[in-house]
This record gives sequence, structure tokens and C-alpha cells, in this order.
Amino acid sequence: MYSLEHKKFLKKIKTTSILVHTVQIVIIVAIIAVWQIAADNEWINTFIYSSPRAILGTIGDLYQDGTLFHHIGVTFYEVILSFILGTIIGVVTASILWRFKFLSRVVDPYLTILNSLPKVSLGPVIIIIAGAGVKSIILMALFISVIVTVINVHQAFISTDSNKIKLLESFKATKSQIFFKLIWPSNFRNMVSTFKVNLGLVFIGVIMGEFLVSKAGVGYLIMYGSQVFNLNLVMTGIIILAIMASLMYYLIVFFEHKYQK
Amino acid sequence: MPKNEIILKIKDIKKTYHTKKNEILAVDNFSFNLKNGEFVAIVGPSGCGKSTILSILCGLEEASSGTIEMDDNLKFGYMLQSDNLFEWRTIYKNCLLGLEIKSLKDKEHLDYVNKLLKTYGLEEFKNAYPSNLSGGMRQRVSLIRTLATKPDVLLLDEPFSALDQETRLAVSDDVYKIIKRENKSAIMVTHDIGEAVSMADRVIVLSDRPSVIKNIYEIKIEDRKNPIENRQTKEFAKYYNLIWKDIGYHVQSGT
Repeated sequence: MYSLEHKKFLKKIKTTSILVHTVQIVIIVAIIAVWQIAADNEWINTFIYSSPRAILGTIGDLYQDGTLFHHIGVTFYEVILSFILGTIIGVVTASILWRFKFLSRVVDPYLTILNSLPKVSLGPVIIIIAGAGVKSIILMALFISVIVTVINVHQAFISTDSNKIKLLESFKATKSQIFFKLIWPSNFRNMVSTFKVNLGLVFIGVIMGEFLVSKAGVGYLIMYGSQVFNLNLVMTGIIILAIMASLMYYLIVFFEHKYQK
Repeated sequence: MPKNEIILKIKDIKKTYHTKKNEILAVDNFSFNLKNGEFVAIVGPSGCGKSTILSILCGLEEASSGTIEMDDNLKFGYMLQSDNLFEWRTIYKNCLLGLEIKSLKDKEHLDYVNKLLKTYGLEEFKNAYPSNLSGGMRQRVSLIRTLATKPDVLLLDEPFSALDQETRLAVSDDVYKIIKRENKSAIMVTHDIGEAVSMADRVIVLSDRPSVIKNIYEIKIEDRKNPIENRQTKEFAKYYNLIWKDIGYHVQSGT
């Protein structure tokens, strides 16, 4: 049995947690309500700022003509594909750089430059090379995510405890044994957090790509909306993106918890 | 191999380290012979290049000059300062690390590991993870991991320096008993004079850098027992003082 003091302590934790959630819900409800009231009383220009009711209506329309899930599906597919490709390419490149120190020293300045280069500037080049299609969008997302993955994962690899490497060397381990017995398993957790960053970057890349070239997707909705001056559509696109982003974030957190047990 | 036969002859080892700015002579003129079953301690001031000697013996580093004569089949087992257990592996899997790398996971070696775990009271922790063990137990696991590959000579590089003082005494006693019971020769590097005198048959005293041999003491303790008990003898005090003077750990007496 818990002591009275401990029960009080537990209760306090629970109350605080409920309070935090309540305040969070109140804030979002308040924002939506104020937005709607402001729109109804014409304090804001609904043509530019839209309104919650209008956004809901647009979502309903999109749902009814069957394109809502098509656009979400296209964007989701592009994000997942780029994420998987980007992660594989990034981790493999980082492993190669870990294995060949000379190579890693050679490419270091190039990586730094590529990392600080605004990747969106590569957009026109990518379109010319890969054509106006999904390929370009994925390429864009890869450019944005791969460099960061390579740099982060390589950094994690080379900061592995040197004493543990020495231990393996004292057993006359080969480079590949050191990699698979030590470098890989000891950095697995770090890599999950890199993946979290990566997913965010891929998302940015995909939407950027959809802005540049696309026939479908949430980015396309926003771009199309702004071109025909349908700001309801733009706002709807942004809201859908926010929902998608939070869902994907929780997906990663879920995997993180699963692997940290 | 018969006891007391010389199994390792180290002659005139010299090691220079190169940095961009200069070269540092770490070890010079280092020679000694190791007898089978012998426990040798190498003491010297911190950072004098003691560990270098072990790295050279183990093949992790190359000597700048000098020769090492030994039987081709002589196997070394290296035990480092911290236990370096892999947190994501169970105790049992940690013990098998060396065997996996050397592709020695046969029945003979696995049985040996199991026997060691059982003898040294770790059997019930086989499937536990390192974070569940105390510092002393972790060090024991690290020793079993080293013993698993059946080395002839153990190279101990300040093996207890990561432990607090009380644990340190107990663990050194523990490790000593295991090494003796498994009939291994050992070369231990330490900066702790007490540890060296209480454990070793012979103590080699090194000078500050460049490390040269200052003195070699045969530790003759009448009624020799385990390290903790050896510390109570009058010989212990005698050797301790001799070595203390050799190393010259003196406090600078003002200006």
C-alpha cells in the first residue's frame, strides 16, 4: 500500500497533467472560435484569411468529389518513399565514409557546402533533369534530407567510444566486424532521432517539390489555390498538412518507444 | 608448458610517437622476460608510457625498434581500464564477443564460458544486461570475456582504476584469484604501488617519460596469500617504500 504522502504526490502529478491537456484544448478551441467570430463580424477579410467554417466546407467538397484522399495519398506516398530512400542512401553513405577515412576527409568540404546551399535553388535543374513529375519531387526531397542524414550519422559513427574499438581490435577484429558488432548497434538509438529530423525534412522537400511541379498532392492544392486566388483552398491545404505532420510525428515517437524497450 | 619456463622475451623495445610539432620518445630500452605462470606488474608515474608496452605486445601498436621473441602460438588477452561491456548485449553475449570475432564459438569454448560464469557466480545473471550489475561484477564479466578465448598471457591495463577504493581492493583480490586459479601468466600496468606489490611476483618500476626501467623487484613475501592479506605483511611495507622512493612522488617543497 502507498503512504498517504505518496498518494498525494501521485494525485498532484495527475492533476497537473490534466490541467496541461485542458489548457492545450482550450487554446485550440479559442483560436478557432475567435477566427470564426472575426470572420462572421467581418473584422478580417475572409477572402484572404478564410474561416474555419469555410475550410470545413472546402474539405467536405473535396471529400465529396473524391479528391481529398487522392491528394493526401499522393503526398503521403511521396513522403514515405523519399524517407525510405533518403534514410537508406544516407546511412549507407555514412557507413562508407566511416570505413574510408581518406574519402571522408576529401568530401568533407563538399558536404559542408551542399549542406548550407538552399536546396530549393536546385529546383529548376532537377526539373530539367528528371522531368515534371513525381521523380522530381522525390529528388528534391532527397537532396534536402540526405546530406543532413549523412553528416549526422557519420558524426555519430565516428564518435563511438574508442576504448570499445580498442577492445575489439585486441581480439583482432576486422573493420566489418567492428562495424556490425559495435558501430551499428551502439548508434541505433541515435539514428532513430536522426530519422525524426529526416522525416520533417523530407516533408519540406516534398511540398517544395509539389510547389514546383505536380498534378496532385497537398502541395499542389495550395499552389493551385493561390494561383486561382481561392484562399479557402490554400488554408485547407495548410490545415491538412498540419494534421499530417502531427500524425507522422506520433508515428515516429511510437516506433522510438517500441525500440527503446 | 612447464611452470617458470620463459615464454616471452622482450628486448630493447623503443617507441616514439610522432605529432605534427615534435616527436616524443615514450619508451626506451625496455627489456624483460616473462616466465610461465608469473604475475608481473609494471608501475610508473601516470602518463609515462606504460600502456604502450601492452599495446605493442598485443599487436595494437608497432614498436619503433626492438624485438619480441615468443612462441607463435602464444595468445594474449587484453583487459582494458574500463570494462567496456556492450550495453545492448546480455552478460552471456558479452562474454562471447571475443569468440564471435575469432570464430571460436565451438562447444569447447562455449562450455568453458559457461563453466567460468558458474564458477565465478554470474550464472544467474547470464541473461541480464550490464546496467543491472555492480562495478565489481562488471569487471568480472570483462575478465571472463577475456579468458573465454583461452589466452596464455593476460595483459591488464590499469584494470581497476575506474572503480572506487573499496570495490577496487575487493575486485583486485577477486581478479587475482581467478587468474591464479585459471593458471594464467599476467602483465599488469598500474600506477598504484600497493596494487602492484600485493598482487605481483615481480614489479618493474619505470621512470617518467621516456620510460626506462629503473628497478626490478622480486616480491618475496613469506607466507604469500591473497592480495588483501599480503597488504598486512611487513614485506609489503618494505617494498612499498622502496618503490615509492624510486618513482619519487614527492611534493614540491615550496620555492
